[in-house]
Amino acid sequence: MSSASTREPTRTDPPSGPGTPTVRERWAGASRWWNARSRPEQWGLLVPVVVLIYFLPVINPPIITTEPATDFSIALFNAAVFALIAIGLNVVIGQAGLLDLGYVGFFAIGAYTAAVLSSPDSELGVRFPWLVIVPIAMVITMISGVILGTPTLRLRGDYLAIVTLGFGEIVRLLADNIDPLRGNRGFQDIARPGGSYPDGSPLFTQTDAQGFYWLAVTIIIIVLFLMGNLERSRVGRAWIAVREDEDAAELTGVPTYRFKIWAFAIGAAVGGLSGTLFAAQVGFVNNQRFDITTSILYLAAVVLGGQGNKVGVIVGAFLVSYIPDRFQFEPEYRFLVFGLALIILMIFRPQGILGMRQHLLAYGRQAYQKLFGAGTGVAPTGLTASSRGRGDPPEATPDDHAGTSPRGGGE
Amino acid sequence: MLQLINFAHSEIFVIGVFGVYFTFLALGFEPGAVPSLPIGGIIADLVLAGAVGMILAGVAAVLLERVAYRPLRRRNAPRLAFLITAIGASFVIQQLFRIFRGSNPEGTIRLLPPEPVFRVFGAPVTNLQIIIIVASIAMFFAADSFVNRTRLGRGVRAVAQDPATATLMGVNRERVIVLTFLLGGLLAGAAALFYLMTIPQGAVFNGGFLLGIKAFAAAVLGGIGNLRGALLGGLILGIAENYGQSLFGGDWRDVVAFVLLVGVLMFRPTGILGESLGKARV
Repeated sequence: MSSASTREPTRTDPPSGPGTPTVRERWAGASRWWNARSRPEQWGLLVPVVVLIYFLPVINPPIITTEPATDFSIALFNAAVFALIAIGLNVVIGQAGLLDLGYVGFFAIGAYTAAVLSSPDSELGVRFPWLVIVPIAMVITMISGVILGTPTLRLRGDYLAIVTLGFGEIVRLLADNIDPLRGNRGFQDIARPGGSYPDGSPLFTQTDAQGFYWLAVTIIIIVLFLMGNLERSRVGRAWIAVREDEDAAELTGVPTYRFKIWAFAIGAAVGGLSGTLFAAQVGFVNNQRFDITTSILYLAAVVLGGQGNKVGVIVGAFLVSYIPDRFQFEPEYRFLVFGLALIILMIFRPQGILGMRQHLLAYGRQAYQKLFGAGTGVAPTGLTASSRGRGDPPEATPDDHAGTSPRGGGE
Repeated sequence: MLQLINFAHSEIFVIGVFGVYFTFLALGFEPGAVPSLPIGGIIADLVLAGAVGMILAGVAAVLLERVAYRPLRRRNAPRLAFLITAIGASFVIQQLFRIFRGSNPEGTIRLLPPEPVFRVFGAPVTNLQIIIIVASIAMFFAADSFVNRTRLGRGVRAVAQDPATATLMGVNRERVIVLTFLLGGLLAGAAALFYLMTIPQGAVFNGGFLLGIKAFAAAVLGGIGNLRGALLGGLILGIAENYGQSLFGGDWRDVVAFVLLVGVLMFRPTGILGESLGKARV
């Protein structure tokens, strides 16, 4: 750790003096140490973590478990769905800086799509398998994201927040009021993915969420891969530019409007995906779960974990979903606690538990190395040398200012 | 006016509603029974309850500003942060009321039963409606002349236009902001009284949410930062809602309101009497 910190001086982190390092310095040091690993090294370190995450419901560790109140695998599955939602919302809020308060609307559209296309209660009378439903639901939510975004994304900040909130309410009211959507009665018996354990018992059932949990974690890992690539692409850079200063982005030739719609559409698609996952596990969808307070809990997850940090929002989502399950809050206290958390976080730690990774100059290192030569022995070109330390999906770095400084140049 | 959407304003309103409601209780009115007091006594009670509601809501608004907004202003937080704390504050107030009074609405207290006074085109106009319309117009003129004619109101407008320049010109920005919150709280408290008079069953922890959204829709409809526009927007929204209700049925009432909001922002983001949203957006 110490060798890494001496090797990479940064503008923002003060050099750690002698004596015991503070928590903040330790975090920064850990972050730098992590970023200094090569890509294969990072993977090597991550594999056991991922394996542990997969086996959590099997191990069912005594203190962490939520039983007997809630089945542990169901609690974990709910946390995983929450994490997936938070990842999708993070694209909109954290990456592109658009405050979307109607995100639950996309989740609802995903869940209802699954219900209408597979439940025997549906008037369509079709029973599509779950794997067919998922792409359909994602396309439909994507389209609805574009439909919502096209008129509203010309607005900014607060206005956008209110209009998206209105959108969420419209979706809920439509679910209440359109007769074929069955309001409170809901849809029973929604399609589940197939598959079975080696001994032949079904893998995906309503009572045992273990299979669903594995499915959700797998989907999260895939989505994290795709999001990581997206963030490093032109689209991701455009989002950061829009978030940091929309006018400046527009003036430097970023088609901000188009990229904001992209952010909405992609965020919506992930929301729809999580909706289908949720509907499949519960097997039942009605109009009771999609109110605005749920949207606010999603927001709390993203803000709590750290906007713009994929791992951060997963941690935040896990906390928001897991803490009430573990400690048996009454629902009203849940909202009270997370409301307070929102205020306190915004005042004292606006970047969340794990802060934003990408700052505007996230690519400064690359640019620096291209301009002045990498000078490192790690990789032949500056581009690959710089890509080793950053942007890898499962990563936890609290304060990645380190990424903004040109490093590796003096070796 | 301050180009800040106070998300918790609807909860300030709810505080006013409960203030009015508890004053009713303290004055000895029981849910259900229609009191048989002389009209003068009832009016005195209403005024007292309204005053309590206004003071409570005003104090709550100022406290909210202190706790949730001022620390952020000190830190020059991004605008999104203000919105998020406001959402948090709104949640906290709502849930406190829910824990305190449960999630069922309070009992109905009617001080003044509505009685038709005269008819316009066959539609009855009740005494309550007359009181509310007259009082609303009076409050609108009071607020309008405060903002447009007094020295403090000039300060408010100056800070709204350009906080930095206003500060350089000797306007005490912090005081103006507190004043604006106080004014907003007082008006919310007064609105709470009228609300309880027409909808006596309305004292419930989340009663403010929908109203808050609609109030915002009204303000946007008429033009943000424009009191007269807000009045006009409120009227249009109310009429549109009621037409929507009779055209599509009562369940669609709120859908009409939200669709109208989205529609207005689509085609005329500056509102009907709007100032430039180009200035307002940050």
